Amino acid sequence: MEAFKGFIIKEFKQIYRDKRTLLVLFGMPIIQMLLFGFAIRNEVENAQVMVLDASHDQVTRELVNKIDASKYFTVEGEIQNYDDIKRLFQKGNIDEVLVFENDFARKLRRGEHPSINVITDASNPNLAQLIQEYSSSIIVDFQQRIAADQYPPKASGIQANVNMLFNPQLESVNLFVPGLIAVILMLVSALMTSISITREKEMGNMEILLVSPLRPGQIIIGKVLPYMGLAFVNVLTVLALAKWIFQVPFRGSYVLFLLESLLFIFTALALGVFISTRANDQQTAMMASLAGLLLPTVLLSGFIFPISSMPWPLQLLSNIIPARWFLVIVRSIMLKGSGLLLIWKETLILAVMTTGFILLSVKSFKVRLE
Amino acid sequence: MRTIKFLLQKEFLQIFRNKGMLPIIFMMPVVQLVVLSFAATYQLREVNFHLVDYDQTAASRKLAQKFQASGYFNLKSHSHDVDKGIKLMRENEVRLVLVIPHHFEKDLLSGKPTSVQMNIDAVDGATAGLIQGYGRSIIQDYNAQVQPQIKNIKLPKRQGINIIPASWYNPNLDYINYMVPGILVVLVSMIGTFLSGMNIVREREIGTIEQLNVTPIKRYQFIIGKLLPFWIIGLFELALGLTIARFGFGIPFVGSVWLLFIIAGIYLLVVEGIGLFISTITHTQQQAMFIAWFMMVVFILMGGLFTPIESMPVWAQHLTLINPISYFIKIMRMVLLKGARWADVQNLVGGLVVMALIILPAAVFRYRKSSS
Repeated sequence: MEAFKGFIIKEFKQIYRDKRTLLVLFGMPIIQMLLFGFAIRNEVENAQVMVLDASHDQVTRELVNKIDASKYFTVEGEIQNYDDIKRLFQKGNIDEVLVFENDFARKLRRGEHPSINVITDASNPNLAQLIQEYSSSIIVDFQQRIAADQYPPKASGIQANVNMLFNPQLESVNLFVPGLIAVILMLVSALMTSISITREKEMGNMEILLVSPLRPGQIIIGKVLPYMGLAFVNVLTVLALAKWIFQVPFRGSYVLFLLESLLFIFTALALGVFISTRANDQQTAMMASLAGLLLPTVLLSGFIFPISSMPWPLQLLSNIIPARWFLVIVRSIMLKGSGLLLIWKETLILAVMTTGFILLSVKSFKVRLE
Repeated sequence: MRTIKFLLQKEFLQIFRNKGMLPIIFMMPVVQLVVLSFAATYQLREVNFHLVDYDQTAASRKLAQKFQASGYFNLKSHSHDVDKGIKLMRENEVRLVLVIPHHFEKDLLSGKPTSVQMNIDAVDGATAGLIQGYGRSIIQDYNAQVQPQIKNIKLPKRQGINIIPASWYNPNLDYINYMVPGILVVLVSMIGTFLSGMNIVREREIGTIEQLNVTPIKRYQFIIGKLLPFWIIGLFELALGLTIARFGFGIPFVGSVWLLFIIAGIYLLVVEGIGLFISTITHTQQQAMFIAWFMMVVFILMGGLFTPIESMPVWAQHLTLINPISYFIKIMRMVLLKGARWADVQNLVGGLVVMALIILPAAVFRYRKSSS
């Protein structure tokens, strides 16, 4: 036990005396939260629209003005020729072109159905889908307003009464900031420990550790503990940013949130240690934790793209991503005010994962030199 | 020339004898490209919903059935208690609680207005919007079906605007075509930056940099020896990825692949220059990695790969001007999917050239200072 205590003190000293790395470790999550919290959005603002108007009458002008006035679109100008569209899209600055049929107003008055061609640059399909929907709803709105002038509204029929729960304004901040907390904590924590043991191997300190009376389990715990403190500071800072800078509502219990965060950073740190025991040099360890974790964590955790939208093999695969479970926990606590009773399943999964990573690390910890 | 040849030989030997590293350099990007490209979509698949049917009549059952049959909704459970549904929503079991009121059928048949309540889990705003859209249109459909049966009102012939949507370059809004080139860029950049970022600092940490410094190798030879191997590996990975994109995913290449490779050559110089620069300002591999990782994450998440640059606030859009990944993703997509030619992308390429001209001399300059 004495040896274990000494080892932990040594580890603490080693980490906390490297001020430059500490600064990076504390600073990075803050800068990332601030940048991404503001920049990662999936609403459309000021998509650029060109108009090809063959009729130039009052109705089309009114409609173009209405589209320009909405915060989603900016009308950039007019083109005269249908063939210009191709050039415009290839240059890549225009997102949508509206093509009006000729004699638009007259046809509308006569009760015909004049058409608007809404052409989107769908090389970005996700964006194209959104602006397609927005422009359709503006046009439908416009049309209903004209229609309402002529026919009184219907009295009967079913009305859909929609309640948006937990996030009535549909603000994407409320979706992405809790997600960011999970992704940033995951990546930073795993990164911190991923070289802990390989570094000793590469530096040649491994012999010293191996001849000491410490058991593999103790060495691994000793490597993780000092980083728990560091990672927990990060938890507090990202939480403070979420609350005071991004004003994401926090409806649940802070104590529960902090306990769950502790569990999660422990999972991530244990994953890092596991990578560390497997890799032979720092370079390999870091490549595995950087290049190997970054995209899967961002994409498969449900941070940006909902898991329910993925094909089922990927939905299955997402189950092994720790951040996926923590993300559910963070969103539930912050936005839905859920208690432990509602998220015990996710908590249990994280606990099992942590234990698994620790056991695997101990098992792959080589007590002999090659 | 001979010196450079030997240096290259040494670097390649070092890369290829590291058996732990090889799968990370060559296998991991391929696997990630193939698997992860499928994840990046907002398409709505089956949404679980909870039904609270206070009416329990033929009309209400038919509406619920219509939700089921649409293919977007899946009836997970039902009860007579809205709170129970909300509780299920908190447990993330369902995302929609549909409430049909008492006297739904009676009101409907007697021509009185009635309403159906949709309680949507709006934590994910984009999905909530889609759920609302599909739900409304199902209800509207149902309404239109039922209305004529009820009363014999003559609906006046209504005027209307015909909206014809057209999605160019990608008529089926297939997100795979869009994501594969972008993810490929990210993978190539990660390999380029991380490998070159760790390289010099590694020599320093292990102490072999001293040996290199006392050899008659010139500075430019040293830098070329460090850059060229990863440049070749980067281009190789790009070729591999493009082959998978073309023949595995069946993405049509509209533009010129040669143009793409020339631009990729410049682009790789930029990302490796960044890695090299990081390598010269740090003392341990750990520090180098943290900084390289930090920059990569910022470049990737703000590069317009997953969320559109158009949605960012204006200051963040300006930041993309110094983000090489956003340039190359844009170029890839323009050339591959839209068949853009040199004239269309020359400004973007110019941006990359400027970046290369800044970062490479900076890295060489820093290297001289740190080795003296």
